[in-house]
Amino acid sequence: MAVGRLQVAVVDAIKADQVRSKHMKKTTNIGAALATATCALLHPYASANDILEDWQVDTSLMYYGETDRVKAVEAVVAGKKDFGDEHIFSGKLVIDTLTGASATGAAAQATAQTVSRPSGKGSYTVTPGATPLDDTFKDTRVQVDGQWTQPWSDVSRITTGLHFSTEHDYFSVGFNGSYAHDFYNKNTTVAAGLAYSYDVIKPEGGLPVPFAIKTAATGSSENYDDDDGYDDDDDDGNFSSDERLGDSDNKSTVDVLFGLTQIINRRMLMQFNLGVSQISGYSTDPYKVLSIVNDQGLTQNLVYEKRPDSRTKTFAFWQTKYAMNFGAADFSYRFAADDWKVDSHTFDTRLRINLTDKTYLQPHFRYYSQSAAEFFQPFLIDGQALPEFATADYRLGEMTAYTLGLKYGMELDNGDELSFRVEYYQQSPKNAGFSEPGSLQDVDLYPSVKAVIAQVNYRF
Amino acid sequence: MRSKITKIAATLLLLQLAGCANLGVQPWERDLLAKDEMALDSEGNDLGLDDHIYFSKEGTSGGRAFAGGGCGCN
Repeated sequence: MAVGRLQVAVVDAIKADQVRSKHMKKTTNIGAALATATCALLHPYASANDILEDWQVDTSLMYYGETDRVKAVEAVVAGKKDFGDEHIFSGKLVIDTLTGASATGAAAQATAQTVSRPSGKGSYTVTPGATPLDDTFKDTRVQVDGQWTQPWSDVSRITTGLHFSTEHDYFSVGFNGSYAHDFYNKNTTVAAGLAYSYDVIKPEGGLPVPFAIKTAATGSSENYDDDDGYDDDDDDGNFSSDERLGDSDNKSTVDVLFGLTQIINRRMLMQFNLGVSQISGYSTDPYKVLSIVNDQGLTQNLVYEKRPDSRTKTFAFWQTKYAMNFGAADFSYRFAADDWKVDSHTFDTRLRINLTDKTYLQPHFRYYSQSAAEFFQPFLIDGQALPEFATADYRLGEMTAYTLGLKYGMELDNGDELSFRVEYYQQSPKNAGFSEPGSLQDVDLYPSVKAVIAQVNYRF
Repeated sequence: MRSKITKIAATLLLLQLAGCANLGVQPWERDLLAKDEMALDSEGNDLGLDDHIYFSKEGTSGGRAFAGGGCGCN
């Protein structure tokens, strides 16, 4: 899980100037610096406190909980150190654990249905009208990122980074590099970056055969097989639910990013990014299925999904920040589109209101909408020809989502910062124009997903 | 044809950059912009955690940084 979010090489490079000014602020206390140096000489076994002195460390602990579904706890420790002359190292360790259930892609039914778990770990019963969930969802992930930024000339910088992420069924390694160049007295910065990531997917129970029957649903008949491409009764051995394509597969991702940062005036700055991402390799979700329903809307079987093995994504991102006398406003808009035909619009805004010199309150609002992938369908119809690709994963369907949040931050007497954040996130999947046969009209195929996010940050 | 498009694009880009020359501030006018909260990545951990959530729960990603892969995110 987790965004191999190769931490913002370009933004980092662009902001190196401000980091430097911060560093200068920190080291202006020459007396204190000399005292520290003297202490270090006198005590060759420096304590952890001394070692961490030049670091800016941000720690966070986040809880994410969906009603009746996924729960996650994620801890982050991010550190940054300026080794002088704008030679900056930043590193990040992320650990998260997930429990709970996630939607399998199977359609809800008006009556109870029995569904088997991945890798044959028994089966479970889904209550009438409920969306089938995979309740074996449990994982721990560890992610490590490291990044180095240094000047290339008086007006330019380069950044290189490495990224690792591992969980029991997924491994990712990546590297990135970027170059940033300042123009016009550092009022304009142009940056270009390249990232590569190699991911290995090793699903529980092996790689399923696309469109192979996962399990015979309650009521499916023996020796029932029409000529639609499915082996409805699973009797010829070609589409056995136990058959696997191997243990693991992989995919590679190449990202190209161009950025322009412009200071508009004393209070305002803007950033504009354009990105292209090319994914090649296994892009199917090995745990997701589709229901095959008959003309009554009754599920006959569940089959594994299949997605294309390449995807080209593009995005344009615009962000502006405005300094006010009482705080700061942050607004961004992103348009994303890809060759799976998923287009999205994202508006994100934060308003920081300084309550006192040392405390602030920050409301947050985000709105998101996306169109469905061209191969998304909430179910397959029995007897119809097999499509080339299909998924019923609601995350690739049409939806809107919004987030409402509030953050409270305070600077402590020792200069450290403590902040708390609480957010509410709701996804509302929509019907992208599919007609629902028979009893499917009586159930909610597009239920909302509601989540609460709570987070504590400590910076020292 | 392609070289013509390239030339037009290059000219447009240069014009954009020339336009930028009229914007901006003098070094001594950076007092407000130098504040922590005005950094584009001032809340790095929040943004990273948000990116992770939305990458896992939505069909598109990227924007502030590389759109990237890097996790199973079921």
